[in-house]
Amino acid sequence: MRRAVSDTLVLAERNLVRLPRRPELLLAFTVQPIMFVLLFRYVFGGAIRTGGLPYAEFLIPGIVVQNIAFGGFVTALGLNDDVHKGLIDRFRSLPMARSAVLAGRTLADLLTNLLSIGVLVGTGLVIGFSFNAPAWRVLAGVALLLEIGFAFSWVFAFVGLVASTPESANSVGFIAIFPLTFISSAFVPVQTMPAALRAFAQINPFTAFVDAMRALWVGAPAGDHVWASVAWAAGIVAVFAPAAVARYRRASGG
Amino acid sequence: MSTGPLAASPPTAAGNAAIEVRGLARSFGEVRALDGVDLEVRTGTVLGLLGPNGAGKTTLVRVLTTLLLPDAGNATVAGLDVVRDAPELRARIGLAGQYAAVDEDLTGRENLTMVGRLYGLRRAEARRRATELLERFDLAGAADRVTSTYSGGMRRRLDLAAALVARPQVVFLDEPTTGLDPRSRLALWETIEGLVAEGTTVLLTTQYLDEADRLADLIAVIDHGRVIAQGTADELKDRVGGERLVVGLEAGADPVAAAAVLAPLVVEEPAVRGLVVEAPVRTRAGAIAQAVRLLTDAGIGIDDVELRRPTLDDVFLALTGHAAQDEDDPGAEVQMAKPRARRSPQRRAGRSRRRPREES
Repeated sequence: MRRAVSDTLVLAERNLVRLPRRPELLLAFTVQPIMFVLLFRYVFGGAIRTGGLPYAEFLIPGIVVQNIAFGGFVTALGLNDDVHKGLIDRFRSLPMARSAVLAGRTLADLLTNLLSIGVLVGTGLVIGFSFNAPAWRVLAGVALLLEIGFAFSWVFAFVGLVASTPESANSVGFIAIFPLTFISSAFVPVQTMPAALRAFAQINPFTAFVDAMRALWVGAPAGDHVWASVAWAAGIVAVFAPAAVARYRRASGG
Repeated sequence: MSTGPLAASPPTAAGNAAIEVRGLARSFGEVRALDGVDLEVRTGTVLGLLGPNGAGKTTLVRVLTTLLLPDAGNATVAGLDVVRDAPELRARIGLAGQYAAVDEDLTGRENLTMVGRLYGLRRAEARRRATELLERFDLAGAADRVTSTYSGGMRRRLDLAAALVARPQVVFLDEPTTGLDPRSRLALWETIEGLVAEGTTVLLTTQYLDEADRLADLIAVIDHGRVIAQGTADELKDRVGGERLVVGLEAGADPVAAAAVLAPLVVEEPAVRGLVVEAPVRTRAGAIAQAVRLLTDAGIGIDDVELRRPTLDDVFLALTGHAAQDEDDPGAEVQMAKPRARRSPQRRAGRSRRRPREES
């Protein structure tokens, strides 16, 4: 166990050290979310009626969830690259914990996710977002976001190990998660959608995530969204973490 | 020699064998990549595993380094079973693959420190060991550069250094020089020789007879997942014949007559392919001059004459009656690891460049 923790830390450190050396990845964490915020706030935002909340306050909890779900894509790309370059073989031939390569990735993702939450909230504050909740609820929101991000890191870890190339890892993630985030309450109220989409949006975990964030950050009615979100994220980890580790064990045929 | 943190007293294999392989088999679907391999490598020696692409070399290395489970048979490395004792075994072995598995976004020093820590060394100890290896492998000057800026030879040296971080008892080198230019190749050979001088047991796979000849105490030739011959380089060469005389004739000359004329110089009946006559020579010295004289006296026109060393193809021809065939290595297939295309190594001059393709 001690070994698993120290190996995981070694690999998390490796992933974080590499990050600034890949400026294109760093841009994906910082500039891309800012562009999305500006796009929705100023291009689409004027046409969207939220039924009460100013759009900036409606938008930021939604976009921060979308962004966190994609935060794990570095894990998919990185793992795929490691498989192709033979690094996974090296790791598997070392006397290290079997789970450490993946856990190191998802742990590093937690920190990069924290960075992107900071960038997004900072941008939000500039365009008129403000927290309408006590500090403990704001922090609870950050914790929930990190849990969601952690869950999707495992999804991306699995995708990265299964996909044949980094490009396909990227597009699988994109094709699966992009519609999920849009057919939810993230950007528009679900009541405005056609019946079939609305039905889907209402059971979509992203709607639960986003509604939970709105409850925690801007004081929207909480309902059971927060607990539903915690359960969804835990369920995603429970499915994808073992699947990814199993896949890793035989990543190179063993 | 320092052993892994788990080692109380390292068990020594019976009969002083660092690697013992009995009836090892592994299939990928229909393909029998390993079809009953038996091998023994004595402690402190170098075994060269020689074979073409797809012969099963990489699959064998992957089973012995715990990356792949065998279907049948058993194998011990450093006295430990590769299946049952895999976790303990990993602390005692080092692997340098043909893929030069280093992290391109880390510096050489960071790569080695990371590997050291994953072997269970403390940070300071891992750093010290990294510095030591960087110096020994002539990488000290590039230690703090990101390895994506390294040349192919530098990457291979770093990969080899990574395999040695924990001072393993047994080192596996899977095609260590494939894709390197001649100078890097020579430098890497010298490094491997230094390693062997320290008493490390090495199993090395290669497609090049000259590489096995230079580095290995014993050569095992592998084909279609079986060991088809084993012996010292000299023993194998005796079966293959030494250097080969290759005579190209002028258009219109009679190759069969040429073969008859050359008979006194060679140890077996020359092979005739079109206008080319080829056979292993009895003695190297003066062979070309004598060949030219004999042919000229017989009035047979010569286009060119050369001596070349036997290649893997010659070994296979002698041992199996068929040339070394390239096949997709199913082991390489399953591991998904496809390195980018590598530059073809320009090895030595000479006409016989009909080497197997790069393993990919």
